[in-house]
Amino acid sequence: MRLPAPFRLLLPLLLIALAGCGEAPLNSPYPAAEQNANTLYAAFAERPKHLDPAVAYSSNEYAFIQQVYEPPLQYHYLRRPFALVPLSAAELPRTTLLDRAGNALPAGADPARAKASMYEIRIQPGIRYAPHPAFARGDDGRLLYHRLDPAALGRIDTLADFAQRASRELTADDYVYQIKRLASPRVQSPIRGLLQAHIAGFAQLTQALAAADEDGWLDLRRFDLAGVQAVDRYTLRIRLTDVYPQFTYWLAMPFFAPLPWEADRFYSQPGLAAKNISLDWYPVGTGPYMLSVNDPNRRMVLERNPLFRGEPYPADGEPGDAAAGLLADAGKPMPFIDRAVYSLERESIPVWTKFLQGYYDRSAVGMDSFDQVVNLGAGGELELTEAMRARGMRLSSSVMSSIYYTGFNMLDDTVGGDGPKQRALRQAIAIAIDQEESIAIFQNGLGLAMQGPLPPGIFGYRDGEAGINPYVYGWQAGRPQRLGIERARALLKTAGYPNGRDAVSGKPLVLYFDSMASGPDAKSYMDWLRKQFGKLGVQLVVRSTDYNRFQDKMRRGQAQIYQWGWNADYPDPENFLFLFYGPNGKVKHGGENASNYANAEFDRAFERMRVLPNGDERQRLIDRMVELLRRDAPWVAGFHPQQVVLNHAWTGNLKPNDMATNTLKYQRLDPSLRASMRAAWNKPRWAPVVAVGALLLLSTVPAVRLWRKRLRANAHGDHP
Amino acid sequence: MTAYLLRRLLYAVPILIGVNLLTFALFFVVNSPDDMARLHLGNKHVTADAIATWKRAHGYDRPLLYAPQSQGLGRFTDTLFFEKSARLLALDFGHADDGRDIGRDIRQRMWPSLAIAVPGLILGLLTNITLALGVVFVRGSGLERAAVFLAVVGMSISTLFYIIGAQYLLAKLLNLAPVSGWQDGWGGLKFLILPLLVGVVSGIGGGLRWYRLLFLEEAGKDYIRTARAKGLSEGRVLGRHLLRNAAIPILTGVVAVIPLLFMGGLLTESFFAIPGLGSYTIDAIQSQDFSIVRAMVFLGALLYLLGLLLTDVSYTLADPRVRLQ
Repeated sequence: MRLPAPFRLLLPLLLIALAGCGEAPLNSPYPAAEQNANTLYAAFAERPKHLDPAVAYSSNEYAFIQQVYEPPLQYHYLRRPFALVPLSAAELPRTTLLDRAGNALPAGADPARAKASMYEIRIQPGIRYAPHPAFARGDDGRLLYHRLDPAALGRIDTLADFAQRASRELTADDYVYQIKRLASPRVQSPIRGLLQAHIAGFAQLTQALAAADEDGWLDLRRFDLAGVQAVDRYTLRIRLTDVYPQFTYWLAMPFFAPLPWEADRFYSQPGLAAKNISLDWYPVGTGPYMLSVNDPNRRMVLERNPLFRGEPYPADGEPGDAAAGLLADAGKPMPFIDRAVYSLERESIPVWTKFLQGYYDRSAVGMDSFDQVVNLGAGGELELTEAMRARGMRLSSSVMSSIYYTGFNMLDDTVGGDGPKQRALRQAIAIAIDQEESIAIFQNGLGLAMQGPLPPGIFGYRDGEAGINPYVYGWQAGRPQRLGIERARALLKTAGYPNGRDAVSGKPLVLYFDSMASGPDAKSYMDWLRKQFGKLGVQLVVRSTDYNRFQDKMRRGQAQIYQWGWNADYPDPENFLFLFYGPNGKVKHGGENASNYANAEFDRAFERMRVLPNGDERQRLIDRMVELLRRDAPWVAGFHPQQVVLNHAWTGNLKPNDMATNTLKYQRLDPSLRASMRAAWNKPRWAPVVAVGALLLLSTVPAVRLWRKRLRANAHGDHP
Repeated sequence: MTAYLLRRLLYAVPILIGVNLLTFALFFVVNSPDDMARLHLGNKHVTADAIATWKRAHGYDRPLLYAPQSQGLGRFTDTLFFEKSARLLALDFGHADDGRDIGRDIRQRMWPSLAIAVPGLILGLLTNITLALGVVFVRGSGLERAAVFLAVVGMSISTLFYIIGAQYLLAKLLNLAPVSGWQDGWGGLKFLILPLLVGVVSGIGGGLRWYRLLFLEEAGKDYIRTARAKGLSEGRVLGRHLLRNAAIPILTGVVAVIPLLFMGGLLTESFFAIPGLGSYTIDAIQSQDFSIVRAMVFLGALLYLLGLLLTDVSYTLADPRVRLQ
């Protein structure tokens, strides 16, 4: 039988397509050869904007570069509360407090006496960079690819086109070079302004670099940075102009990862950036992985760095970690996974489907799939559904070190101010907005209502009855219980608005909520929020706007009530309480204190607290500051989000860690178990296709009969 | 015809300048460079100095339309309009906000878009024409009414429904094709199955109705009656005579969309993770990279004009009676 032309064209293509599938299931998105590879498969929804460690500042960027770059410190993978441990450093930094003359104060001296501080960091010898063309040298010792001519450039399209690669040992000078990059106006590091306030000579270096208006590569080694020195090959010394104990946390962020001058020189050559060959595209690090494929339109691939030193898996953790099997690999050299393939998936439905098919190794649980995955127990605990348990899946959840809150503009005439009436109004609203109901409706119950500005796991956070906000909650039956609406109405009356009306003029109280949220979910939330204010008889007018206008209103202090959030940079109470520090006020100082809260007692306590080590005095100060915030209520406490992640049976060594992002090296896979489960879950079902085909064929019968009938018809339409 | 083509090309210039001005006004007047800087710098530690540095580094520190401090022609060329918009007229797409060469991105990403769009167009055309001819053949019968009803139902359903339905049915339930993804080379053919199927099936409703209309108009003409009177079979009448004479509107309709195939499909590429120009545009919108969005809007306008021009030319090729003057 001769097939019609279109089918003759399509059949070979179909056969080739099916042949390409090999032994892998037909719906496998991966080549058959990868079926048993020790490769992790994951998805990413948004292309990372920056991979340059001096610029990157988002979690989706850290997911890649933190596997490649190694700052001196890292967060312990298993211990809680979060603890810093050495990464490329040989030990934790030695901190010295200095007096006004620059002399070292004795150990244990009151930080208030100190005027400056110094950090000395010893780097482990023998750490090597992953192979990279920037280090390649010819027989004469000259760097091979540092003077590319147009002909050589013409032959190059990606980094893989450089034939030679080499490595060299990490030295303290590489850290100095990177810190100088942070100061460079060319690099545009988001923390340049912050570091100018702390590192000695940083602002001067920025000015010097801005003045050095040279084209091409600017050799930062020629410029001095007074506060940062490589004392010897493996020792880095950083001098701060103040006492800033939180600086050690910054040393665990990629901003402080080492950068070899050779890489900076290599990437600065004209013509490379136009081919997307830049530090923003191809990182150069000493970490356990190197980025071997960077096609952020499709996929990004991390491969084991062949020169990685083999950092040992942690040998201790929290109680219960050993029982959970998290210490089984203690002391073994990492990483355990050879390769990680991240595919770009913009939509959540394909990600979830592929996860269920076993083609992604882990997945966050979205709102759409929540009921399919999780049952909420009687006490609010999360349990996997029977269907998920049958697939051997495991659930991990953690309360994140983030806060979402509703804020009042303290400069506003109606809701702002520190008088008892304004305070009573804010407290009344704080009671009326039922945060527990909001979490249940809009977060699927995944969240913890805030009792104060500090999330769990941060020093200063208090649990249980001692930790509740007494202005909003009581303690009943072993749990916080929101005060009744009558209490809120009484407070509103105190504020001068009985039943939501001005006691003098009789006019209804109308408040304004500025929001940049949009879409159907946001509309539902706004309706709910209006109802919360309605409980007090207060009218809430929602002023929706876009991101830019919202930011503009906040900067100008034109918003009245707003919602915002904060993700911790580091696990220290300072990183949350500074959101209320007067000199950080957004309108007057352009800082992060969006509510423009100003309280002299709070500010004094904050200034003392931020330089103290964790201890009784610091806890007392934090308790007082939290009490002031609860009383003054510049925020209606919102919630700490809870992250829920689902893992397949073949994954191992997984523990949620909200601070550490270099976690790929700890993870483990069982590729053969994965291959067998994928095969079992993805058997092709042809029977329905055959049935549909048959049905379609049958449906042509009437058409064929009509065809024949018309062929036999005469000119009048009659047929025998 | 050459004079006509030249004239049409000249007409395109003011249109493109208009598009350019409009997009410039939209992206720069409504959204100031300060707003763009803030969007890119994020929420944390954003200082006035950081904003100024970002603007300087990305060339947004220039005046909008006129630079009084510059000399001579520089008063017009040292401006945002010249640097960011007028260059588009010379097909210089410039750089994205993260420094990538937009022209290079477009050259790379148009291939996946074409890999879906070209076979989709051909298969869709063949399917729709075949089905429409069949419906015309059974005109006046219950079968025709049923087909038209199903076509109306089909075209009333959102493309999103077809996409999600196909992913659920064929990839998740029957395990016959990957849900989404992309791979270069022959191994990537399996990733074309679902997007092509969705493209063809979702287009049947509208296509069937449109081609049926064209064919019915031709079916009532004298030459068809003559062909039947000569004793030709109905298949020959439809396949040879009717189809050939209905080719002009088919051809012109198809030619008009050919240039736009480069632009890819926003929904299809997004849901099937195809790294084409459609998803490139979506990414740019999501990440607020207005340099890319501007370039894609301009490219879309340019290709649309090209499509219209090709349509006119195709008239003359399909029907010798048509003369372009």
